[in-house]
Amino acid sequence: MTIGELARKIESEKTGLSISELNEKMERRLKVMRASVARGLQGINSKSGLIGENALKMLQAKAEGVLIGNEPLNSAIAYALAVSEVNAAMGRIVAAPTAGSCGILPGVLLSVAETLNTNDSLIIEALFSAGATGEIIARSSTLAGAAAGCQAECGAAAAMAASAATELAKGTPNQSANALAFAFKGLLGLVCDPVAGLVEVPCVKRNAICVGVALAAANMALAGIESVIPPDEVIETMALIGREMPASLKETALGGLAATPTGKRLAAQLMYMK
Amino acid sequence: MSIFDIIGPIMIGPSSSHTAGAVRIGLAARAIIGGDLSGAVITLHGSFAETYHGHGTDTALVAGLLGMKPDDERIPDALQIAWEKGLKIQFQTGDLGDTHPNSVQLELISPDGTKRCIKGASIGGGDIIITGIDQFQVDFTGKNHALIISYRDQPGMIAKITALLATENVNIAAMRVSRTAKHFEALAVIELDQPVPEKVITRIEQAPDVGTLIVLPQTLLGEDV
Repeated sequence: MTIGELARKIESEKTGLSISELNEKMERRLKVMRASVARGLQGINSKSGLIGENALKMLQAKAEGVLIGNEPLNSAIAYALAVSEVNAAMGRIVAAPTAGSCGILPGVLLSVAETLNTNDSLIIEALFSAGATGEIIARSSTLAGAAAGCQAECGAAAAMAASAATELAKGTPNQSANALAFAFKGLLGLVCDPVAGLVEVPCVKRNAICVGVALAAANMALAGIESVIPPDEVIETMALIGREMPASLKETALGGLAATPTGKRLAAQLMYMK
Repeated sequence: MSIFDIIGPIMIGPSSSHTAGAVRIGLAARAIIGGDLSGAVITLHGSFAETYHGHGTDTALVAGLLGMKPDDERIPDALQIAWEKGLKIQFQTGDLGDTHPNSVQLELISPDGTKRCIKGASIGGGDIIITGIDQFQVDFTGKNHALIISYRDQPGMIAKITALLATENVNIAAMRVSRTAKHFEALAVIELDQPVPEKVITRIEQAPDVGTLIVLPQTLLGEDV
């Protein structure tokens, strides 16, 4: 049994909803994910105007053949940018696990599914798998940037995506757990430092960068590499690091990139426009 | 916790706590006052006060007050829609005391002149709690079927109400009772596992010393809660 199948079975027992009802509910999310990718790839600008149309740039560059390497990475980057840009433009997205990190899971899963030619029922199962991973992280640590910085949002999303992508590629549950650990270990300590407090800079590009981390983690796990520090301990460490992180780096827009000369200038400009 | 709390909600961006949660506080407040409004004074506290404009918290609260769910694509235009409907909405920032950083107070007036003051907090991931209704402290999430009943404080009132629920096998998930003073006005918020049949609602409403009764459906905050 895969992690996704087990998670769906447990969800069914908890809620009383049938497997097909749960599949329908998850399919609605998959449809919204796809719609947000399509919307973002057309080119969309954020509400403040700070960012926009980066997904479109990636798509054009991919078509022109100027990029290094191949699939699924370049599509994953474009899709993650697309969904995150739709979010920043007050468009419709699926929080996964949060709105600020909503690009990573669809970016990774949809691009991997295209590369592997996976049918939708397996993508839906992978979304249950990612959800279960997120639930474990939420229970033993946190998913809130205000509590533990961006490692809890984009870090968790990358861990969920890595684990679920491993499952899509027919990896074992143990390999999925290792993928989760690798992705998290790459992103431990990541701070939440949004310019002007908006979910735009650096959030959109951080989503795109995190798909690379997730895909690297999945491939290492599929190669049979094992994490020296067990996944559970990695997850607990994220919460501990979050507690030691100063408040200025936990969604308050007081430190990090928000406190750079450019970050402060942009925040002042936006305040003036308001 | 459900897997759909992690992969979800389906929502309008950019922030689950500052946007989706704010829509839901607006929706809950709209249900409590009983539908359309003619005006609102909205006081934003803490982090809501600091960042409400950039995250669209102001727009999101008004969208909820207009009855939009968190995934409604009209949310970005809610302020304009409210203005076209002639709603008078005033925003201010203020200190609501020792409460969650993402808290808001909504002083609402309905077309028939009814006034209600509702306090709520967005506690992360789009989840909310309603913390105050008028002078009463409450504490409920809006995720369950719920009854909000005002009545005159006296022995046996809760027993009467819960007995009526029991006759139709409606199970109570959580309940909180508060009052202004002994034998004065009291408020019960009863969260339930099942919807309450119409005939039970009528019988509770007709019970002596029961004032108003508000029925909140489980789908109040959006389909995918």
